[in-house]
Amino acid sequence: MTKVQMKVNGRSVSADAEDRTLLSDFLRDGLGLTGTHVGCDTSQCGCCTVHVDGRAIKSCTLLAVQAAGAEVLTIEGLAPSYDPRGERLHPIQQAFSECHALQCGFCTPGMIMAVAGLLKEHPAPTDAQIIRGLEGNLCRCTGYINIIKAVKEAAKAMQGAPAG
Amino acid sequence: MYELTYLKPKSLSEAAGYLASHPEAKLISGGMTLIPTLKQRLARPSHLVDIGHLSELKGITLQGDRLSIGAATAHVEVSRSEVVRKALPALAELAGEIGDPQVRNRGTLGGSLANNDPAADYPSAALALGAEIVTDRKTHKADDFFQGVFATSLEEGEIVTRVVFPLPRRAAYAKFPHPASGYAMTGVFVADFGSSIRVAVTGAGPGVFRWTAAEEALTRSFGAAALSPLSVDAEGLNADLHAPAAYRANLVKVMAIRAVETLQGARR
Repeated sequence: MTKVQMKVNGRSVSADAEDRTLLSDFLRDGLGLTGTHVGCDTSQCGCCTVHVDGRAIKSCTLLAVQAAGAEVLTIEGLAPSYDPRGERLHPIQQAFSECHALQCGFCTPGMIMAVAGLLKEHPAPTDAQIIRGLEGNLCRCTGYINIIKAVKEAAKAMQGAPAG
Repeated sequence: MYELTYLKPKSLSEAAGYLASHPEAKLISGGMTLIPTLKQRLARPSHLVDIGHLSELKGITLQGDRLSIGAATAHVEVSRSEVVRKALPALAELAGEIGDPQVRNRGTLGGSLANNDPAADYPSAALALGAEIVTDRKTHKADDFFQGVFATSLEEGEIVTRVVFPLPRRAAYAKFPHPASGYAMTGVFVADFGSSIRVAVTGAGPGVFRWTAAEEALTRSFGAAALSPLSVDAEGLNADLHAPAAYRANLVKVMAIRAVETLQGARR
């Protein structure tokens, strides 16, 4: 066991972990942040997507010790990163809710974290950029139509333009 | 995953020292292939030596007509680099088509070449461009480096530090990705050096290879028409649940034509 330290959602945290512990397990079991889901556990579905040092990654494919000293953002920290008072959802979460961009919701945390990464690169993405940008995330319910709609709504909201 | 010990060296020489003192150790950089392999218990290294953060393995520099990229440079950095986009846009585009965004944020150039997955994208660029794979011991020519499925000319404990790409007059990559994994079912990289053309194929065979008949045809007369009379022998090509060998043989020609058409379209 090693003491692994990192900054998660703006707070310094530390917890014991074996060297082989995955970041996804460290977040869920070590820190109780169960919003990060583990779907396929084979780096394909993207449910476990979090940001490490500002980049979207699949936390089931990274050792916790590899993220030692890094800044990690999970779904739990997304809204507070936007509104520190914690009163509002992040615009991406809001858009997913309003556009009904989910059915069972299992893929949603990873999908939203991937979208947060996508919108950094493409603040006003085209359909093609959204489809390519979400290639690392699978949804087995919705057929993606409302997800694409939600990404566009979120992009508008984040640019301060009226949605519609 | 079996138990292992994680080591984070502060320098290249310290990494080499760890490898020397732990014969069952493995290098890890982005880990996009290695971590899934470990999770399936297909490998059992005693130690992981992480070199992904070493500054000696970073950086993209243009040196005359050669582009030098550090081994630990992530695909996303290559795809967005202004230097690469200007000097060798086909390589930036190739890097931007690897896997998915999360994979591109972690996976590295050196890791991809050292792993030499027969369906990886980067080996086709390295072979078509005649790249030099620089290690902590020597320089490998791409023509000798790739030696079939997951095999390279790297020795035990040798660490790839940089990859140097000679700049072609123009180049293009065309890929038919597997719709789920993003791996190349077949990818063809065409590099035009003026006096010579090099064509490298990934995904279709047991390791990247040069399609010399296409190179000769394109050298005589550059254009999609030069490729249309050619056919690729399916013997020895990959056959799996995704596609039989004959399908991949045809894909080689189709992707080569697409790459050449991209160049003829004067997109770059």
